[in-house]
Amino acid sequence: MRFDWNWDFTLEILPRLLRAALNTLIAAGVGYALAMVLGLIFALALRSPWRLPRTLLREGLEFIRSTPLVVQIFFIFYVGPQIGITLSPWVAGMIAIGLHYSAYLAEVYRAGIEAVPRGQWEACRALNMSTRDSYFRIVLPQALPHAIPGMGNYLVGIFKDTPMLSVIGVTELMQAANSIGSETYRFLEPYTLVGVIFLALSLPTAGLVRLGERRLRSKLGL
Amino acid sequence: MWEFLQTYGPRLLDGALVTCAQFVLAALVACSAALVAGLGRLSPVWPLRTLATLYIELFRGTSLLVQLYWIFFVLPLFGLSLPKFEAGFLSVGLNVGAYGAEIVRGAITAVPRGQWEAGYALSMSPARRMRRIILPQALVLMLPPWGNLLIELLKGTALVALIAVPDLMFVAKQINGTTFRSAEAFGAALVIYYVLARLLITPAMRGLERTMARRLGRA
Repeated sequence: MRFDWNWDFTLEILPRLLRAALNTLIAAGVGYALAMVLGLIFALALRSPWRLPRTLLREGLEFIRSTPLVVQIFFIFYVGPQIGITLSPWVAGMIAIGLHYSAYLAEVYRAGIEAVPRGQWEACRALNMSTRDSYFRIVLPQALPHAIPGMGNYLVGIFKDTPMLSVIGVTELMQAANSIGSETYRFLEPYTLVGVIFLALSLPTAGLVRLGERRLRSKLGL
Repeated sequence: MWEFLQTYGPRLLDGALVTCAQFVLAALVACSAALVAGLGRLSPVWPLRTLATLYIELFRGTSLLVQLYWIFFVLPLFGLSLPKFEAGFLSVGLNVGAYGAEIVRGAITAVPRGQWEAGYALSMSPARRMRRIILPQALVLMLPPWGNLLIELLKGTALVALIAVPDLMFVAKQINGTTFRSAEAFGAALVIYYVLARLLITPAMRGLERTMARRLGRA
């Protein structure tokens, strides 16, 4: 093989890759939604007054953060059947990616919550609010602006990690490029197009995140 | 579990050694690429600046797996054939280097202005000022974020298994394929990755941070 870019072939495979790109976006969106919810639960649990569960959770999250996502994807996909739960590639992939990023988002939320001034907690106390009300009505709404830049970065991160789902056969962009490659023995166009589509999607998103961050900062008077 | 480790432990350790080799080589590539691109971003010469920006945006804007496949499957079409082992650590290193370049740039700009002016007042050449005054102080500032980045790099090396480099992840996949003992195979791999990250990389970086701080008289 040598370098010969074929435009007809490019146009032929482009629709298929774009359809797969839609799946990539769905995977990133679902995974991120899961990570946001799980991350919040973990962040709140990390502030629980019981010491032992807190330590265990902290170590567990540290473990998730410092081991590779691909191995976790394989683990969840293959271990399920061993204990009698068969997960489809999509479900296993979403759980793996959601869990992985929830460990990162928990840290982002934690930093956000810690940035809320102590006086706010004391005011809740003085108004005789329950812990739940203090969190959901006073503290979390103020923690959110501090967490948004970090959350935006991980949204871009999760999007760039979705190609790893192709290893268990989730039909996203990378998987589509792989199967085009093995059907036609042409790798130049599919892999290059995947790169271009990723650039076209992630550069504007990263730009939007930066812009949103700046807006937010000026609004908060930072 | 015990007999699993007795049977497959040596193979897992072989894989872990390949992972370590990939890690060290990729880290060298990442550090040099980050330094060159980070300095390039701050260079007064605009072609250098553009080149560095292009490298950083290209490698940060696409995912590591895409880069790995592109370097391994597409570069040969341009006449540059890399063996899988070299393609593996080069792509991981170049990917992480792009993130590292922003750390280098941030640390250099964070060195106080007075230090630059002092170098100027002593009539040091720009290269000498950078090497003797600015970089040593920037190094101390950039070490903590590099610690995190190196853990990301270790995690990145797991992907080279997908182009059949026989690293830890590859061995785990093979054992899983022949024995179907997935929990043990992937579980052992996860634990080894965790041990490498927490018991080798983190303490080593902490030690380095302390040594550097002491040498600059800030301990």
